[in-house]
Amino acid sequence: MVDVAGKYDVAVIGAGHAGIEAALASARLGCKTAVFTINMDAVGNCPCNPSIGGTAKGHLVRELDALGGEMGKAADETFLQMRMLNRGKGPAVHSLRAQIDRRAYAERMKHCLELQKNLELRQAEITNLVKNDDGEWELTTRLKTKYLAKAVVIATGTYLGGVVFVGDVSYESGPDGIFPSKFLPDALKNMGMSIRRFKTGTPARVLKSSIDFTDLEEQAGDEPVTPFSYDTLEPGKNKVLCHISWTNEKTKKIILDNLHRSPLYSGKIEGIGPRYCPSIEDKIVRFSEKERHQLFIEPCGLNTEEMYLQGMSSSLPEDVQTAFYHSIKGLENAVIMRPAYAIEYYCCDPLQLRRTLEFIDFENLYGAGQFNGSSGYEEAAGQGFVAGVNAALKILGREPMILDRASSYIGTLIDDLVTKGCQDPYRMMTSRSEYRLVLRQDNADSRLTPIGRKIGLINDERWERFNKKQELIKEELKRVKSTVIAPSEKVNKILVSRETSAINTGVRLIDLIKRPQLGYDALSEIDENRPNIDRNIFEQVETEIKYEGYIKRQLIVIDQVRRLEDKILPENIDYNAIDGLRLEAREKLTKVRPENIGQASRISGVSPADISVLVIYLASLRNKNNGGAK
Amino acid sequence: MNEKTIAAIATAQGAGGIGIIRISGCDALEISQKVFKSITGRNISEMKGYTAAYGHIYDGDELIDSGVLLVYLAPHSYTGENVAEISCHGGLYVTKRVLRAVLNAGASMAEAGEFTKRAFLNGKIGLTEAEGVMDIISARGEQSSRAALGAMDGALRKKIDSVKENLITSAAHLSAWADYPEDDIPAVSTENLTGELNSSIDILDKLLATYDAGKAIREGIDTVIAGKPNVGKSTLMNLLSGYERSIVTDIPGTTRDVIEDTVMLGDIPLCLSDTAGIRATDDPVESIGVEKARKRVKSAGLVLAVFDSSKELCDDDRELIGLIKDCPSVAVINKSDLETAIDMDYIRKNVKNVVFISAKSGSGASELEKVVSDIIGTSQLDPSAAIIANERQRDCAKRARDFLNEAINALEMGITLDAVTVIIEDAISALLELTGERASEAVVDSVFSHFCVGK
Repeated sequence: MVDVAGKYDVAVIGAGHAGIEAALASARLGCKTAVFTINMDAVGNCPCNPSIGGTAKGHLVRELDALGGEMGKAADETFLQMRMLNRGKGPAVHSLRAQIDRRAYAERMKHCLELQKNLELRQAEITNLVKNDDGEWELTTRLKTKYLAKAVVIATGTYLGGVVFVGDVSYESGPDGIFPSKFLPDALKNMGMSIRRFKTGTPARVLKSSIDFTDLEEQAGDEPVTPFSYDTLEPGKNKVLCHISWTNEKTKKIILDNLHRSPLYSGKIEGIGPRYCPSIEDKIVRFSEKERHQLFIEPCGLNTEEMYLQGMSSSLPEDVQTAFYHSIKGLENAVIMRPAYAIEYYCCDPLQLRRTLEFIDFENLYGAGQFNGSSGYEEAAGQGFVAGVNAALKILGREPMILDRASSYIGTLIDDLVTKGCQDPYRMMTSRSEYRLVLRQDNADSRLTPIGRKIGLINDERWERFNKKQELIKEELKRVKSTVIAPSEKVNKILVSRETSAINTGVRLIDLIKRPQLGYDALSEIDENRPNIDRNIFEQVETEIKYEGYIKRQLIVIDQVRRLEDKILPENIDYNAIDGLRLEAREKLTKVRPENIGQASRISGVSPADISVLVIYLASLRNKNNGGAK
Repeated sequence: MNEKTIAAIATAQGAGGIGIIRISGCDALEISQKVFKSITGRNISEMKGYTAAYGHIYDGDELIDSGVLLVYLAPHSYTGENVAEISCHGGLYVTKRVLRAVLNAGASMAEAGEFTKRAFLNGKIGLTEAEGVMDIISARGEQSSRAALGAMDGALRKKIDSVKENLITSAAHLSAWADYPEDDIPAVSTENLTGELNSSIDILDKLLATYDAGKAIREGIDTVIAGKPNVGKSTLMNLLSGYERSIVTDIPGTTRDVIEDTVMLGDIPLCLSDTAGIRATDDPVESIGVEKARKRVKSAGLVLAVFDSSKELCDDDRELIGLIKDCPSVAVINKSDLETAIDMDYIRKNVKNVVFISAKSGSGASELEKVVSDIIGTSQLDPSAAIIANERQRDCAKRARDFLNEAINALEMGITLDAVTVIIEDAISALLELTGERASEAVVDSVFSHFCVGK
């Protein structure tokens, strides 16, 4: 008799940022869901920086929130400092970043999982995963307990086969000294899944009272605070300051003198590290001409004296770490509470996934987060949501939710992963989106809340608020088009003071807003009958007006690309049997197995001529199925 | 159902009676409207299917030719889409010129087999043809990728690569600066960026200019034969072209229309236009021709001004000399059996190149060839220099150049750098297309290799 301790629609392995969103989405859609964590105290842990958001990552959080995810709300409730990055560099690259109280955040997330209907949070290490004869996934725990699930989401983060490196010391471990997932990698290999090793790292945490802040530059949050979530109507206040310091010649010398003791340079670490998140030794070797490197000193929470040293991750031995941290201004006497370390882990090759994040070859098995080769809490959460939603929709017999590149950064992230794969941990950047003038953080709700509503993760109250906001945006656009500003001494004085030309006939308000030197702020005295509405609406309207030409152009391209995405490639295509395709294209297409022509056209090594051949092949298939040409 | 409106020359290349430029896609009529002005002023975009219009063909404000426009409305056309076909005067030069005007008006160059592909996709041709079309496309694809590989070390590739690298570095700097605000990436100065963009524009401008010089060899030089009536222009042209094309009579003013023909002068193809003479006239029909001839002289790539050695210079001749003074031109003195009466000093003082020919005996052709080759610069043309070789390359380079101008314009207007970066990336994409590469991770890769970023 197979003793089964529980049967679920969806089981999620891992309760980090990806696992949380996957489990919540699945449970909220009505699926009986279990989420397994190796350690109940590691749910929603932030083992690296105590912050949510940042460039492009802020977009991801906003988008996730617009769809009905949890991360934005949790960040709003537990933030210590909130900043909108890149003000002045243009609306496409505005990004929200929050310092959060790390423990408060994790606690808030864990409680949320515990309170969620249809959801069971269990402490268990999953050691085996096989499909039984009924086509259900059988999960075995370290305690040899068995669970059954119709669909499984793997969100193992850096736990999967985790090995920690500090100097010449290495040991099997997950992040923050928690057990790694030691047995699951073999189960996945036995299944026939292609997995590989990636590496990442984190800096030291030091005792606040041991830092001399006297000469360090301060960094404060924005006032007023802009929240992530469209549900947060009254955001809290900033509570802490961050500080900035710099490395120097001495730091450089200590690191270079001890480079041979780094596991990265001695070749002990085989995993591929992220290019965007280099350790300090990496930075110093690769950019040797740079005299100094910046670091941020960030508080980890209100009820702790641990301070995070952003920019200073390392895998050098502890004595070397102590020496080079002490060479930095303000850290001369710093007490290191947790040393920096590098961690190597298993992840899958994301080319094996569909855009729903289901494995092409393993039905009802999904991957999310760092397991898919990405990096970052926000990238993980976005994928977790997509995997959880699609696992649930599939079990419920509903249409999948596919976010394409043109819809969102989340869609871009997934498309990049499943189409181009990744050679190092993938971090989201605004430069990765060709549609970034359209995919802004200010309009994430306009783009995605209708999708969230359709899936069933946006409640009536939120939906009503959303529709009202869209209505207000429309009305405001109408108002600025119909409002005419008459020339007057007062008006022209303001215009001239903004270094833009005076008017001598009546001018529509919209045409004034279009002027690069002007905007809602500058026009507040001129635009006397302005309605009393949310300033975010003004921002969105201003952006739509100012960038109208560029936005329109991107929308045309999006329209063209979407037509290619509508041409679906059947799954069982034998590319080797299509004569017109070049050899390289056949190989690449066979490996990636794109879902449509649009995706196929983004694969490197597939030429426009190959795409033409595919289009014709598709049409001839259709004709054959229809019983010949029309 | 198709994305872009495409265009190509539909008739066989080479000298022919007429040339047809086919435009297919949802904007076919709108694009035609931009280049084709109907004589009756009718609106092209409102024309019914299977109807035709006669009119003039323009590239922007410049008149290129006259011809007939045929309209087919979807689905009743070869491709099943809206199709416009412009029939113009045959010959390489004119048809390509019209194609270029159509591309400038917004059409994209059709890829190999694309009309047929669209015809198939829209159910206009049957299943059996499908395999054949795929073969054609894949063969052409192979060919073009081979050609791209062959051009790898070419001078053009090097030039384009250097521009591309510069732009990628600029875009990477902008991206690093935007994506890593917490790393001490130096801010991008508008002046530096404008300077960098301008130097890229310079290179592209020069390359685009080579297209016109290189074009001289490939497509021929737009050559106008001008001069007073009955000085022997038509006989010169016939001498060059080797067969009678113009009406040669003794009555002044019989050559009324601009007639196009392509002849080889040594290695250089000349696209000849025989014009009506430039003279004061009361005949309304002829005065239209005279005005047209004046314009042609001004816009031509080469003017061969013909004078009769047996007659003294009259006001018409002097006007012509004044007209060609600053143009690439040759004064062709037609020697007759009669006594020389012409004022050669005046001609030499005003026109740099003078050649004597005798149309009747056929002498002077080789001198003319040498002089023309000097003027056009083909005698100095360095075969190893970077040259834009075809319409596709020109189209890509031009788009890149236009995007860069737009980026500079945006910078000057004070548009934020996020939008400027996107425009620069559009320019990079156009250059990647030129070299046959895919839009890639080039900028992101460059961020990581050139900037120390990340926590």
